[in-house]
Amino acid sequence: MSERTERLRRDSLAATPCITGERAEIVTRFYRENFGKFSMPVLRAKNFRAIVEQKELWLGEDELIVGERGPRPKAVPTFPELTCHSAEDLRILDSRKLTQYRVEPSVIELYQREVIPYWTGRSMREQMFAQLPQEWIDAYEAGCYTEFMEQRAPGHTVADGKLYRKGMLDFQGDIAAAMAALDFERDPEALDKREELQGMAISCDAVMRWAQRYAELAESQAVVADPARRRELLKIADVCRRVPAQAPRDFQEALQYYWFCHLSVITELNGWDAFSPGHLDQHLWPFYQRGLADGSLTREQAKELLQCFFIKFNNHTAPAKQGVTAAESGTLTDFANLNLAGLLRDGSDGSNELTHLLLEIIEEMHLLQPSSNMQISRKTPDAVLKHGLKVIRRGYGFPSLFNADSVVEEQLRQGKTLEDAREGGCSGCVEVGAFGKEAYILTGYFNLMKMLELALHDGVDPRTGRRIGASTGDPAEFKSHDDLFAAFEAQTRHILDIKIRGNQLIERLYATRMPHTFLSVITDDCISKGKDYNAGGARYNNSFIQAVGIGSVTDSLSALRSVVFDSGELSLPRFIQVLDGDFQGMELLRQRLLNKTHKYGNDDDYADAQMTRTFAMLFAAIDGRPNTKGGAYRVEMLPTTCHVYFGEVCFASADGRHRGLPLSEGISPVQGADRQGPTAVLKSASKMDHVKTGGTLLNMKFSPSLLEGEAGINNLHSLVRSYFKLDGHHMQFNVVGAEKLREAQARPEQFRDLIVRVAGYSDYFCDLSPALQEEIIQRTEHAEF
Amino acid sequence: MSKGSVFNIQRFSLQDGPGLRSTVFMKGCPLSCLWCHNPESQAPEAAIVRMENRCMACGHCGEEELAGRGRVPGDADLEACPTGALQRVGEELEPAALVQRLLRDRVFFDQSGGGVTFSGGEPLLQAPFLTETLGRLRAEDVHTALDTCGFSPWEALREAAGLTSLVLYDLKLMDDARHRAATGQSNRIILDNLKALSGLHRNIWVRVPIIPGINDDETNLEATARFLAPLAGIRQVDLLPYHRTGEAKFARMGRTYALPGLQPPTTQRLEALAAIFRARGLTTTLGGHP
Repeated sequence: MSERTERLRRDSLAATPCITGERAEIVTRFYRENFGKFSMPVLRAKNFRAIVEQKELWLGEDELIVGERGPRPKAVPTFPELTCHSAEDLRILDSRKLTQYRVEPSVIELYQREVIPYWTGRSMREQMFAQLPQEWIDAYEAGCYTEFMEQRAPGHTVADGKLYRKGMLDFQGDIAAAMAALDFERDPEALDKREELQGMAISCDAVMRWAQRYAELAESQAVVADPARRRELLKIADVCRRVPAQAPRDFQEALQYYWFCHLSVITELNGWDAFSPGHLDQHLWPFYQRGLADGSLTREQAKELLQCFFIKFNNHTAPAKQGVTAAESGTLTDFANLNLAGLLRDGSDGSNELTHLLLEIIEEMHLLQPSSNMQISRKTPDAVLKHGLKVIRRGYGFPSLFNADSVVEEQLRQGKTLEDAREGGCSGCVEVGAFGKEAYILTGYFNLMKMLELALHDGVDPRTGRRIGASTGDPAEFKSHDDLFAAFEAQTRHILDIKIRGNQLIERLYATRMPHTFLSVITDDCISKGKDYNAGGARYNNSFIQAVGIGSVTDSLSALRSVVFDSGELSLPRFIQVLDGDFQGMELLRQRLLNKTHKYGNDDDYADAQMTRTFAMLFAAIDGRPNTKGGAYRVEMLPTTCHVYFGEVCFASADGRHRGLPLSEGISPVQGADRQGPTAVLKSASKMDHVKTGGTLLNMKFSPSLLEGEAGINNLHSLVRSYFKLDGHHMQFNVVGAEKLREAQARPEQFRDLIVRVAGYSDYFCDLSPALQEEIIQRTEHAEF
Repeated sequence: MSKGSVFNIQRFSLQDGPGLRSTVFMKGCPLSCLWCHNPESQAPEAAIVRMENRCMACGHCGEEELAGRGRVPGDADLEACPTGALQRVGEELEPAALVQRLLRDRVFFDQSGGGVTFSGGEPLLQAPFLTETLGRLRAEDVHTALDTCGFSPWEALREAAGLTSLVLYDLKLMDDARHRAATGQSNRIILDNLKALSGLHRNIWVRVPIIPGINDDETNLEATARFLAPLAGIRQVDLLPYHRTGEAKFARMGRTYALPGLQPPTTQRLEALAAIFRARGLTTTLGGHP
């Protein structure tokens, strides 16, 4: 790292996340004065413009890439139009130990005086809950599922390469052309389209204005700066006058251009998983090559610019949540995720020298954000993958690894073109999308274990005694494992129906009340369709439901089958009694269930057959159901940290798990259930048909000793390539000894920088809840026996 | 079809030949090395052992309970054990069934240039079963390795080696008296077999365990290097440092360990010993990694 980036990195790490009232204040004032005067797209775009015109700018010492969403690094704005924090929420954020946000008393006052009075009854969250049917709310409160859009806008999206070829003026040209082509006599939607396109044009103005303000600020700082810094500031001013109005010409302009787009997407709305640059190594390659060729850029300069760029991501903490989701997903990370390597549009290998340079930076800087992943295809050179594995070996939990060939196949199955699929990749945790052309929306986690519980209690939630599921009959009447499975399927379908009914409502609320005009500008084909990103304007529109706990459910089904239906050792009603009593006085039985039944993760067909059957059932129940945007619902197998929350709301389960403990995460086996080593885990996991999903998540933990030397890298390389040969979608590694984690638990002050892989992302170990910490420690260490 | 007695199939085995491998540990051994780290393999017949760290002391088969009933743990106890602390060491398998199980990791073998290693115990004690299994794996185009102590009738070794891609040949001590003292058998057959094999097989890795105080003296290792240097088929020598896993296993089986508290050799010491072999032009690794 250069001295400059050392300093920037230190400052970024030292900055404390805090809540700024800036955005809430501007938005509240704007809405008070303007709501009702314009169509929604125009209102939203003007609202966005008001923010960037009025907000305080930050241009830190040493910075080469500029722009902050808040008034300074890690100052996180709020989005009261979506979800309005109460004064109590803000006080909790300020005082809680984990994932804390400082909140100045003045912000709480502002909220009490201006923000809360205006937004009460008006925020999206309140409107949503006022309209959602009671059965939706009941199942939601029982922990059957979560809802992503309850606190954040639909997002989860990634830029493609067109950004680097077109400036905002070019986009405005496209918008003008689309407007000119509107047919007000024959197209009944033409008026709506005009409003949407107007909104888009205004949001382009807003971004250009933001850059303009930065150019002015840099020039004014240059007046008093020393000569070296003056040169840098004048260059920054020059860059900001060029981009994003016009397409970038050089490396610095390209990075700055992306960064303005990034900020705009996450300032207009706080979509899930922020925004991501996608195939950064591929996108920057022409600028890098040209710079080296004409002598205007050196490798070192490119590296320093990229490092400055990385720090901007790390400065952007996730927006603070309220209510139940604080426990569901406790993290400050905002899930921006870089894609490395992968494929080009023509199907050839997409890795290049910048792939290596980025890996170098990832290793040196090891920041929480941006996260990174490698898209590994059959064509990716071994040397590229091995470079990535050497970074993984350092134990930061990234980059994670994706099977680029499967990612293409998954998208082809969803009906995308081959080229669009190749230009796509993964974002957030493991989710697949066509970058720059798709709204692929996570709608919420789905608690598989709760469905089995409902099947064992005739639709009644044993935790509350309330009926939330379908009536599937007295389990005493189940004659076979098939009867039990049929009840499990009926409950799953019943709750999915409820969830999707609610979801359709939420999608329409966003489509009509919360258009995302800037994101629509940069997502094909919103301009040509005259439709918003949130209303089906994107070329592809998939809505995902992420199932959680397949390992736990598989082992439970397997145990029920062997103990109740194969051996008849225990009647089903008796078994249910034992589970409801949390194995009280039944430790011997619990041990038998833990140790003597077939478990997923051991390449054991008896258990794995329950997994494939459950997945096939889920797929049939979800895949292809239409959403409101012309797209379809799809399955994903991804937990983030929701398996902890879902476990908390579940009773004891037949696999021997005690009441309230976490479920298995992703498609990983139950913590500690895999006893045959990593190859068996990979074999079990690959029995799922990954190509039918929109992403699966597999976590593996290795002790550092296993990865030592060239041989260690070669072994890991073989594991990865083999799993991908079997169509595995994703794998990620924690390389930390359990001993070290225990130490960190005991003395967190000394291990604050310890990053571990949690789910689809890495986080600071000491910021995790004790339950999550414990789980990470217990995840099977695949040491050699 | 001959059945074999196998005591463990270790998947994701990294140190018994190239690539990712599955190692089949077979029961029965003609030697009884003091440092043996697989003592459960020595006796040819299956046995039941108790993994104390997994036992929850449920009271079903504790030593006192069993003494009261005057018996050792049996099949019924094994079945009843709730935690799996009681385990049977030794499983009778037909070659076809074993091969089917091994092929479960075929994708990893193919990808990594790995395969299956037969170790033990001494696989050649079950020569008919071994050769049949090796033949079946060869038909499936799976790379195989035979890890042997060399104490075997020559015909059995010749036949098995003819079906295997790699021979891992263990060599402990050159002095016959010391060899007898440390392993319970003479090294005559072992040395003769290795000499003969090196004329036939082109891919032999000689593995020398380095047991401090037993065979790690320069005299022994000089003699070993001198013996190996002229042999044609020897591709490399692996120095395998002593490790202490055997100690706990002896205790678990209620047997006395002859080398309590022995410390593994240091890396520096191993490097120095490797130099003896390298000086004679032998490719030498520490721990079996290239």
